[in-house]
Amino acid sequence: MIVQALMFYVFAAVAVAGAVMVISARNPVHSVLYLILVFFNAAGLFLLLGAEFLAMMLVIVYVGAVAVLFLFVVMMLDINTLRLREGFLQYLPTGAVVGLILLVELAMAGGGWVFASDVEELRAVPVLSEISNTEALGRVMYTDYLYPFQTAGVVLLVAMVGSIMLTLRRRPDARRQNIAAQLARHKKDTLEIKKVPSGGGI
Amino acid sequence: MLDITIGHYLTVGAVLFTLGVVGIFLNRKNVIIVLMSVELMLLAVNLNMISFSSFLGDLAGQVFSMLILTVAAAEAAIGLAIVVVFFRVRGTIAVEDINQMKG
Repeated sequence: MIVQALMFYVFAAVAVAGAVMVISARNPVHSVLYLILVFFNAAGLFLLLGAEFLAMMLVIVYVGAVAVLFLFVVMMLDINTLRLREGFLQYLPTGAVVGLILLVELAMAGGGWVFASDVEELRAVPVLSEISNTEALGRVMYTDYLYPFQTAGVVLLVAMVGSIMLTLRRRPDARRQNIAAQLARHKKDTLEIKKVPSGGGI
Repeated sequence: MLDITIGHYLTVGAVLFTLGVVGIFLNRKNVIIVLMSVELMLLAVNLNMISFSSFLGDLAGQVFSMLILTVAAAEAAIGLAIVVVFFRVRGTIAVEDINQMKG
C-alpha cells in the first residue's frame, strides 16, 4: 500500500514536472523528449490504476509512434530556436491568468462533486475479477463496442490518406521511368540498318 | 496522505490539462509545441477516464480512452502533415504568421 502511494507520487510529480518542461523548454527537440517522459510516467499511473493494456498501448502508440513523429518533424524543419522564443514572456501573464482560472474552476467542480447513489447499477460493463484487464477489454471491444471500434479504424484510415495526400509532392522536373512507354517501343522505331558500300561513306 | 483516492488522480489530470492550455497560450512562435500541448490535454482526459473506470469498476471508460488515443494519434499525424506543407510554402511555423485566411 505504501509502495503504491509512493509510486503514485513519484509518477505524478515527474509527469507534472515534465509537462512544465514541455511547454517551457528552449529547444523543441527537448520539448519532444520531455513529452516522452510525461507519456512514460502517465503509463506508470495507468498501471497503478489497473489498466495494463492501455498502459502498454500508451507506450507503443504515443512513445513509439506519435512522439517519434514529432521528433522527426522537429528535426526535419530547419527552424531558428532563438526566434521561436520571442514573445514568451509577453504572453506569460495571459497564459498564467487563464491557467489559474481554469485550475480554480476545475477545483471547484471537483470539490463539489459526489458519486451518485445508484452508481453501482449504472455501470455499463462491470469488471470481472477473475479475468485479466486485456481479456476483459477484448471481450467487450469486439462485441458491445464493435461500431465505435470500427469507426476508430475509419478515423485512422482517413488520417492516413489525408496526411499522405497533404505531403505528397510531384516534382515536374524529376526524371521517372515510364515502363509502358519502354515496353511499347519497337526495334523499327529506333533502329535503322543501312547498307554501307565499302569506301563510299554514308 | 498515503491512501490514494480518485481525487489524487483527478488532481493530476486537472494539472496536466491546465499545463496544456497554458502551453497553447505561451508558444505563439511554434505550432509544433502547440500540438504537443494538445497531446498533453488529451493525455489528461485519458487519465480522468481511466481513473473513473478503475475506481467505479466499469470497463467502458477504458474502451473510450482507447478511442481517444486513436483520435489523438490521427490528429497528430494530420497536424504535423499540415505543418510540413505550410513550412514548405511559407518557410515559417509561427502561429502569428498564419493569417492568410483572415477575412
